[in-house]
Formats: sequence, structure tokens, C-alpha cells
Amino acid sequence: MSFCVYTFNPAAMLTENAPILPKTERSFDTKSITLTVNGKPRELNVMPWVSLLDALREYIGLTGTKKGCDHGQCGACTVLCDGKRILSCLTLATMKEGAEITTIEGIAPSDTDLHPLQKAFIENDAFQCGYCTPGQICSAIGMLQEGKAHSREEVKELMSGNLCRCGANVYIIDAIMEGIK
Amino acid sequence: MISYPFDYVRPESVEEALEHLGGDTKILAGGHSLLPTLKLRLSAPDKLVDIARIASLKKIKKDGDEIVIGGAVTHREIMDSEIIQKHLPVLSEGAAVIGDPMIRYKGTMGGSLAHADPSADWSAMVLAAGGEIVIQSKKGKRTVPATEFFTGFYSTALKDGDILIEIRFPVPEEGTKMTYQKFTQPASRFALVGCAAARLPDGSARVAFTGVADAPFRDKGVEEAVGDWSEATLEAAAQKAAEGQNINADHYASEEYRLHLAKVYCKRALLQLVN
Ligand SMILES: Cc1cc2nc3c(=O)[nH]c(=O)nc-3n(C[C@H](O)[C@H](O)[C@H](O)COP(=O)(O)OP(=O)(O)OC[C@H]3O[C@@H](n4cnc5c(N)ncnc54)[C@H](O)[C@@H]3O)c2cc1C
Ligand code: FES
Ligand code: FES
Repeated sequence: MSFCVYTFNPAAMLTENAPILPKTERSFDTKSITLTVNGKPRELNVMPWVSLLDALREYIGLTGTKKGCDHGQCGACTVLCDGKRILSCLTLATMKEGAEITTIEGIAPSDTDLHPLQKAFIENDAFQCGYCTPGQICSAIGMLQEGKAHSREEVKELMSGNLCRCGANVYIIDAIMEGIK
Repeated sequence: MISYPFDYVRPESVEEALEHLGGDTKILAGGHSLLPTLKLRLSAPDKLVDIARIASLKKIKKDGDEIVIGGAVTHREIMDSEIIQKHLPVLSEGAAVIGDPMIRYKGTMGGSLAHADPSADWSAMVLAAGGEIVIQSKKGKRTVPATEFFTGFYSTALKDGDILIEIRFPVPEEGTKMTYQKFTQPASRFALVGCAAARLPDGSARVAFTGVADAPFRDKGVEEAVGDWSEATLEAAAQKAAEGQNINADHYASEEYRLHLAKVYCKRALLQLVN
């Protein structure tokens, strides 16, 4: 029997499968990569297994992008990569060599002003703890650029990759609907 | 966090990628199945070979009477492709129900077929559309019909050193209709049960299921029972869904419930193809 990541119960599978032991013999090389993050070129030396999310948070110090599940399921880590919304937890930093990344820190027009969606989130009370908010806003910016969301129903469906555990969803959709106008 | 170290290479061509394969190496496409697997410590390859930027694997084209989707084309690219919308609209509609928008920007059809999750969406659609999988190794190319590609639970005809380079589909004859209907697992959005069906101009059918058994399958029993496509015949045909299959059970759905869903979604799919 093999394993299944999402469709069956991974925890049960893990106990059935003996854990794979770490390989200690080999050494691995770091990768030198350049990412343009919020308009600024960043040279990074990262091990190949460092996710884009960890690179942003731990190497560059941009902690606005959040780690919710680290498995692609919650959307807290959503950033824009060459204008498209992607999950930074399921992306290796090295995979994005040369890409332009925009995080929540990079969306406001200036240090003293906010992005219209940031304003709409505040005005509509579109968060409680705020943990999902950076991902929600980056995802919503990506969605608005895609140009496919018009109705409330469409917005709900196209924001389905971003979960809010506080349950602010109704107000999140309100805020985004305001952004569409 | 990924607990085990590995090397990473990003070759520019399929030939170069083939040179890197072998040993404890894995191909990396969208990474949206592989990276979670690594994080769960269910696999620990020595090296990942990133094929996501190989230009020859990124094309969607019409090649004579076939539609060709490259091995690293993403769900999103299939959804947006004019060629697919024109000739195989079922695939562009089907792409739109895979996961969520972020998953669709990165996940690939090739990766999904190679991973062969028993609940993946593409498998059923590729089977019902009469797809063939083109595989390249150092020894050369071979073409495997989708009906022979899925060999079991997370298992396919791919061997170590193989790259899935293309998925080829016959351009459907004028008058062909296809549909994909799924019961979505509400958290992951995988297919708890999915049924893809095609009605060909000669009145014959191709019906395939995902999510029901260890591997996706074409359902000959249903296909042979569609008869004159009257509602009564289709009802009877749908009752034959998954006959003889070893039906999965897990904490999402019992065997009985899955079989029930297979019949319901089979009927929905067949009725979609009438008129
Ligand atoms: C939160 C979440 C929700 C999802 N929901 C759905 C859903 O609703 N329906 C659905 O069908 N899928 C779903 N998926 C899976 C998603 O579609 C994956 O992206 C896809 O199954 C794998 O494609 P990939 O390009 O990411 O492959 P990868 O993860 O890069 O690779 C998967 C496997 O295939 C191998 N491989 C990849 N490409 C090739 C190739 N060209 N030749 C040979 N081997 C190859 C890899 O070595 C690896 O073993 C979901 C994933 C996540 C994270
Ligand atoms: S942290 Fe990336 S999706 Fe949850
Ligand atoms: S505001 Fe707390 S998770 Fe969304």
C-alpha cells in the first residue's frame, strides 16, 4: 500500500509507513538566486529545499506573508508572482529565480497611503485576527487582474483558495465587492 | 518545512532532463502534489529535476487530427486555451473545477496524471476523451493509451527515467459531446466521485470514473448499456456504474455511499449528453 496526501488520512498513513531516515552522508550546495521582491532585486543564497515562503519571511525579513498550513490548503501564504497569485509554501525559492514577487508589503502606493483593497478591508471589518488577511488581499488583487469575477457568487468561488478561520468571510467578500466597483 | 535535503536542477530541454534522471531523482512540475509529499516525509529524493520551464513541454497545439497538450502545461493554461475551448471544451471546463485558482496556476496535467491520486480530476476526463500519454526515456518515445496508463493506487505505466512529455487526444468528430460531473470533497476539492462521459456521433459512449476505486477506469458495463440514449435506458445504464470494481472506503465516504454517488453522477453525466 502506498500513501495518499489528501484523499485519505495522512496521519494514519504515517504510522503505517516507517519514517524515512535522514541521509547524513551527502553535502548539498546552496543556490544563488535573484528575486525581485516588491520592486527591489534581492540576491539570496538558499538551500534548494527552502520554500519561497520561508525565503520571504526568514531570509528577507518580510513577515507579512503568513504560514498557515504550509501544505497548500489555506492560502495564507498567497503572493503575486509575475502578477499571478500563487502559494509561496508550495513553491521552492529556486524555482522562481528571476521572477517578480509582490507581497502584502509591496502593494501600497506609498508609505503614507494604503492600497484601495487594504482600505476596503478596514472599512468593512474584513478580519478579526488578521492572519489570513495578507493572503486574502494578494489573492483578491490577483483575482481582480484576472477580470473574471463580477458577481458575489463568482467572487466567493474565485476566492475559495483563501480560508478565514475567524469566519470574517462575509465581510471579506463585501470588501472585495467594493474593490470591484 | 521540508525535512530532507535534496539537490535541484532546472534543465532547459527534455534531453538534458533525461540526463539527470535515474537513481533517487524525482521530476518536479508544479510541485503541488510532490512538495506536500516531501513535507509529510513520505518521500525523500536526492534530486529534483524541475521541468516546469522546458519550452517544448509548455505547448498546446493542434497536430493534424490530434490535440496535443505538453507535459508541463498547467491547469490554468488548459482552462484559458482557445484551442482547447474550441475542440475539447470539457477540458477547459474541467480545469476550472480543480482545487482553487492558486492550485490551477501551478499544477500541471502531466503532474496530475503521473501522480495518479485516485481522486484526481484529469484522469477521468483524459480517459473519456480517448487520450494517449506520450512518454520519453533515454531509450526513446512510447505512446500508452490512457486505458493502460493507470495501473493501480498511485501507480502508472511511468518507470524510473521516464518523462511524460505529451497528452494527445483525437479531435472529436463533429457532433461529439463530453461532460465531467463531480461530487467535490468540500475541503480539498478533489473528486469524492467524478464521472466523465462522451457521446460519439455513432451513438456509442465513453464513460470513466475517478475517486471510486484505487485507479481511475473506463466503465464498459455502462458504455454498453446506453443503447438509444432514452432516459429509461440511461437510468438502467447508470445503475451499472462501477460494477465489478473494488470500491474505496475511507473516512470521507463508505463503500456504499461511493457506489451510490457513482450511480448518481453517472446518470447526471449521461443526461447532460442528451440533446
Ligand atoms: C490544496 C490542493 C488542492 C488540490 N485539489 C485538487 C483537485 O480538486 N483535483 C485534482 O485533480 N487535483 C487537485 N490537487 C492536485 C494538483 O492538481 C496537483 O498540482 C497535481 O495533481 C500535480 O501536478 P503538479 O504539476 O503539481 O505535479 P508535481 O507535484 O510537481 O508532481 C507530482 C508527481 O508527478 C511526477 N511528475 C510530474 N510531472 C511529470 C512528468 N511530466 N513526467 C513524469 N513524472 C512527472 C513527479 O515526479 C511527482 O511524483 C490539489 C492540490 C492541492 C495542494
Ligand atoms: S500556508 Fe500556504 S496554503 Fe497554507
Ligand atoms: S481574520 Fe483570522 S483567519 Fe481570517
